[in-house]
Formats: sequence, structure tokens, C-alpha cells
Amino acid sequence: MIPGVSINEILTLTSILFFIGVYGFITRKNLISILISVELILNTSVINFVVINKYLYPELLQGMLYSIFIIAVAAAETALAVAIIINIYRRTGSVAVRETETMKH
Amino acid sequence: MDLNSFLLMRHEISLLGIILLLIIAEIAIPDRKKSSILHLALLLFGIHTAVGFLPLEESFLFGGMFQSNEMIHFFKGVLNIGVFTLLLQSADWLEKNMMNQERGTEFFILLFASLLGMYFMISAGDFLMFFIGMEISTLPVAALAAFEIIKRESGEAGIKFILSAALASGVSLFGISMLYATNGSIYFEDILTTLTVSNLTLLGFVMFFAGLAFKISLVPFHFWTADVYQGAPIAIASYLSVISKGAAAFILMILLFTVLKPLMHIWENMLYILAIATMFIGNLFALRQENMKRFLAYSSIAQAGFILLGFMTGSQLGTATVVYFVTIYIFSNLAAFGVVQAISNQTGKENMKDYEGLYRTNPRLSLVMMLALFSLAGIPPVAGFFGKFFLFTAAASEGYYLLVFLAVVNVTISLYYYLLVIRAMFVRKGEDPIPFFENKLYMKLGLLITVFGILALGIYSPLYEYIYQISSVLN
Repeated sequence: MIPGVSINEILTLTSILFFIGVYGFITRKNLISILISVELILNTSVINFVVINKYLYPELLQGMLYSIFIIAVAAAETALAVAIIINIYRRTGSVAVRETETMKH
Repeated sequence: MDLNSFLLMRHEISLLGIILLLIIAEIAIPDRKKSSILHLALLLFGIHTAVGFLPLEESFLFGGMFQSNEMIHFFKGVLNIGVFTLLLQSADWLEKNMMNQERGTEFFILLFASLLGMYFMISAGDFLMFFIGMEISTLPVAALAAFEIIKRESGEAGIKFILSAALASGVSLFGISMLYATNGSIYFEDILTTLTVSNLTLLGFVMFFAGLAFKISLVPFHFWTADVYQGAPIAIASYLSVISKGAAAFILMILLFTVLKPLMHIWENMLYILAIATMFIGNLFALRQENMKRFLAYSSIAQAGFILLGFMTGSQLGTATVVYFVTIYIFSNLAAFGVVQAISNQTGKENMKDYEGLYRTNPRLSLVMMLALFSLAGIPPVAGFFGKFFLFTAAASEGYYLLVFLAVVNVTISLYYYLLVIRAMFVRKGEDPIPFFENKLYMKLGLLITVFGILALGIYSPLYEYIYQISSVLN
């Protein structure tokens, strides 16, 4: 628990970060930047779990445990996405969304 | 707690054993005999499927994190049969393209790992197990979608799938964190007692729902479906539309009917709108597709809309009809994808136009395709009719007459485009029809299982009664 900082402030911060991530996911034109935006979204929920655990329900460690698993899964996700991006880069020589896309409606 | 109680995880343990055995086989078997791994994997998984039907008692493990009952056990068996059929159908493709690149074992390991995640997902007793299961089931599929590294579309399908899946699970996690904030626990049992309607709970629920709606491709979250199905190898498109969607629909039903039951008056209205949007958009987009994989993708979106009809009821009848419908849908869609795969393996053709005159050259294949499409559309003698009929009956018994009417309108639209394919195969002569070819033994077996399922599931009524009886656990 951080002295002088209430849970409202931290949750507001994570909500803002979350929507920055969603905005980045929609507007970015580069696969790596999209991946970074997704990481931002995942990490806001990590902070959320830790903060809610610490401030509201400090008797059990459910939130802390959950956040550890999110971090591990996020790492796996990033590794896989980067592997696929490298594959695409070898094939097309670019990581821009516009260059990658061949299938449209 | 003695070791015997771990036998509740029999499905998971035996599948994990198969994965480990395959890794050992990959190391031990010399390069020139690598193709025998295919037969080994099929044999092992066949045994696993057969053993899976032995009865299992109802219990839970790890303080309620893992639970199992007769319905979950039955559905795991259905998933097993589905994956086994899928492996039989894709054996030919694997042998031709992947075994000589020494990548066949990876395919099996990734596919089985994903299935293992699905087992954990549908047996989950808390949100942590649910989340881990969902991720284990999603990540290997992304790798599999990008599996054909020589094809550019495959990589594109993989990156589209992994990025949208990561976004969906991120949104879902944010929602779960809000449910945790209002309830103070991530266990389903605890949440059920404390859940009340408040703004934070509702926001959490909607965000959590978005993550699962992505998995079964409901309409605002369906954009990835067609592209991924088209770009990925057919076996993986089939896996995504059949196994992955079936498991996600099943766990969503369990969650809505047990944990989130206190919010029922809210999610009823939400599902009402989503069901209408999903059915209409799926069907209308399917009308203008030329590529068979895209066509089946939109048709599977529309089928997800029909499944939502069963969710609306919240009763034992609703549970039974959803499980029954999903089981039939698994067999019908596997048959359709199986035929597409058989033709694509032999000729590389995937467009509807190439199917013209198929009946004259390959009558048996086109008959299988016809049965599958009739079952998807819901035409009386085959199983799909009974699935849809029970689903609509369940929805109508709760008073959703307008929704059932709209669903029937959608069945009519879907009949039109399913008949387009049948017309191409049976009526049109075609300038350059696909020449006759003989399928391999495995492919024949795979198609035979689906045909048997399509015919038997509708006629053999004790099965529905059995499903109705086991679905009492949720209510």
C-alpha cells in the first residue's frame, strides 16, 4: 500500500492506460507497435489485480497469484507474436500492416 | 487427499502422456522413418478417445479450482471424437506437406496442447484456471495458423489471430479484475453468493463477456474469423470453427447459467441483440463469398447466433438443447471441412466455381457435402434439423416468439446459400470439373465418422434423452 495514494487514483490511472492501449491497437500501422499496445492492456490488468488485492482484500493472495500468471502468459504471447512477425518480415520485408494484408472482405 | 483422487483428471493426464510420448518418439525415431509418427499419434489418440468414455464420478480438486461432472465428462468425449476425426481427415495433408519437412510431430504436439487447454477451460472452477485454460487453448492455435511458412497468407492469418486473441484476453482480464474487486474472490462458488447488480459488476461482466464472444466469434468481435479461416491450413480452420468454438460455447453456457445467473435479467437483453446481429450479419456476408473457407467461416458465425438462442432460456431444456446442437454442429461442420480438404489436397482448388459438376465425377464426396450442408441448414431427415428444432422450441417456451421468427427467417436465408453450393455440385455441368480421385483410407474413415454422426445423432433419440438427463447439474 502506498501512503497518501487512494485506490481510486490508481484505478483511474490503470483505466486511462487501458484505453491508451486500445487506442494504440486500433490506430497503429505497425505490427510491433500493435503488440506493444496489447502488452499495455495486459499490464493494466496486472496492476489492477495487485492493487485490488492489497487495498480491498489483503487477507488472501488471490490477486497477486493471478497477476503472476498474467505476466507469464503475456510473455508467452509476445514471444509467439514476435516469432510470427519475424516470419512475415522474412517473406514480405516489412512489418507495416498495409504491406502485410492481402485478404480483405 | 490420496493419489487416486487425481484420476478425476484422467483426460488431462492421458493427453499429457501422449504429448510426452510424441516428444520422445520425435527424438528416438530415425529420420527416414519419421512418417510412422503419424500412425503412432493417431493410434494413441484413438485409444485416448475410447478410454475417455469410461464413466467418471462427479467431484472437484485443488479446493474447487478443477471440477468435473457427467456433463463436462460427456463434452470432453465429444471434443475427443471431433479432434480424432479431424486428425484422420488431415492425415493426408500432413503426410504430403509436413512430414517431409520434419514438422509433423510439432503439429500433433501443438494441437494436443491446445486440446489440453480446452479440457482445463471447461473444467475450470475459478477464473484463474479458466484464464490459463483459455490461453493454453489459444496460443498453440496461433502457431498452427502460421504453420505453412511458405505461404504468405498463413503468416498473415497467424498474426491476425494472435493479436486479436491477445486483445480479447486483455479486455477479458480487465473485466475479471473488476468482478474480483466487487466480489473479493475469483472462485465461482464464492462469486455466486456475493454477486449483485452494480455498475462496476456490469462493466466487468460486459468486458469479460467480450473475451469469450471473441472465441465463439459473435458479431461485434467476428472480424478475425474469415481472414484467419482463409489463410490458415484447412485442418486448423476446421479446428477453430468446430472444436474451439464448441468448447468456448460450452464454458460460456456453464458460466452464464451458474456464476452469472444473478445477472440474468441483464444478459438476456444483451444476448437478444447479439443473437439477431450475429445471425443476420453472418448469413448476409456468407451470401457473397466465393472461397469455400470464407463461406464456411461466415456460415459458422451465423451458427453461433443460433447457439445464443439456447443461452437465452437459462433452463435445463436450454442447457440440453445447446449441448445437443453443438454436438451436431461439430459433426456437420467437420464433414463440410473434410470434403473441402479432400478436394484441396488433390487439386488445390478452394473456390465454389471449381465445384461445378462434382457430382458427375466424384458422386460420393458430393453426397457427403450435401448431407453436411443439409445438416447445417436444418433439413428434416438429418441431425441438424432436430438440433435447430429443439433449440427453437426451447427459446419459444420462454416466450421469445419474435426472436424465433427472426431465426427462422435466417434459416431460410442460410438455406439459399447452402443450396448455391449444392446447385454447383449437382446441377451445373462445369467446363472443367474436378477429375475423379480416390481418397486415402484415413480420409475415408474421417468422412465416414462424420456421416455416421450426422445420420445417427438425429435418429437415435436415447442420446438426446441422455443429454437432457445429465444437463440437470447446472440448474
